[in-house]
Amino acid sequence: MDSMTIIAVASIVIAGITTGFGTMGPALAEGRAVATALSSLAQQPDASSTITRTLFVGLAMIESTAIYCFVVSMILIFANPFWNHIIAQTAGK
Amino acid sequence: MHLSPDQTILWQYGFFKLNSTIAFTWALMLVLAVGSKLITRKLSTGLNRSRWQNLLEIVVTSIEKQIEEVGLNDPQKYLGFLGTLFLFVASASLCTLIPGYEPPTGSLSTTTALALCVFVAVPFFGISEQGMGSYLKSYMKPTFIMLPFNIISELSRTLALAVRLFGNMMSGAMIIAILLTITPFIFPIIMMVLGLLTGMVQAYIFSILAAVYIAAASRVRKPKPEPEVKQ
Repeated sequence: MDSMTIIAVASIVIAGITTGFGTMGPALAEGRAVATALSSLAQQPDASSTITRTLFVGLAMIESTAIYCFVVSMILIFANPFWNHIIAQTAGK
Repeated sequence: MHLSPDQTILWQYGFFKLNSTIAFTWALMLVLAVGSKLITRKLSTGLNRSRWQNLLEIVVTSIEKQIEEVGLNDPQKYLGFLGTLFLFVASASLCTLIPGYEPPTGSLSTTTALALCVFVAVPFFGISEQGMGSYLKSYMKPTFIMLPFNIISELSRTLALAVRLFGNMMSGAMIIAILLTITPFIFPIIMMVLGLLTGMVQAYIFSILAAVYIAAASRVRKPKPEPEVKQ
């Protein structure tokens, strides 16, 4: 395999793995957060506005880790600096 | 396939480029500013008021209530900043209904600018509320060992604000673009509805997080007054 193929294969595979594994943890965490929030809503319906607001803010915090992974894999697929570099090199030859 | 509306260049004169991010941002600013000006031109305090005034009153009072619930006691002071953030992000994502429109918040430059505004506003409101010395001392709470970590958290949450909004908006536009090539007719509409929901939630989260940061910076730690004992 020449270096171009290696870069292409590595980028695509790592992009998939990044999103796949990167969303696993946040998914589990969000599930736990929502489950806890639902049970506390059932116990204290009066505090619903506070619980919902805190839940949303917390979910956004948790979700941002998944979004970092997504952004990294998008960069790997659509705006890959290594790929652009090797394309520029082969074009310059 | 392009990653952000920065790459669509509408007009170029030498060094100066006008990409669609700037164009749509200006259009949104114009719509928001001129719209509010037109509505607030003839306000009435009686029972007989226009629909648009009712709409704006609902928006403003609910933003005020949300700010107050976060723990900022004087919502009028923060309404200008936090309300503008919310209205801009919300309208940027609501306008995706218009064909040919690309949300300016789907570009990392716009979201970075918004996050930098929050980054500047937090110490500004903090200092104006509790004074320079007291604000700077809050970086040393609970002990001075926490000083570098507090500074790191200040920087990293700004990055997180910017990347979170950018990632959500960009992913919405990209999923619709990908689905249009696979299943062209019905399914993209459902994803678009989901995108509208995510846009509103992100606008809410962006402004609420900014409010939470400001509230954390401007909290004056007064000793609690002792409850009076009735004889």
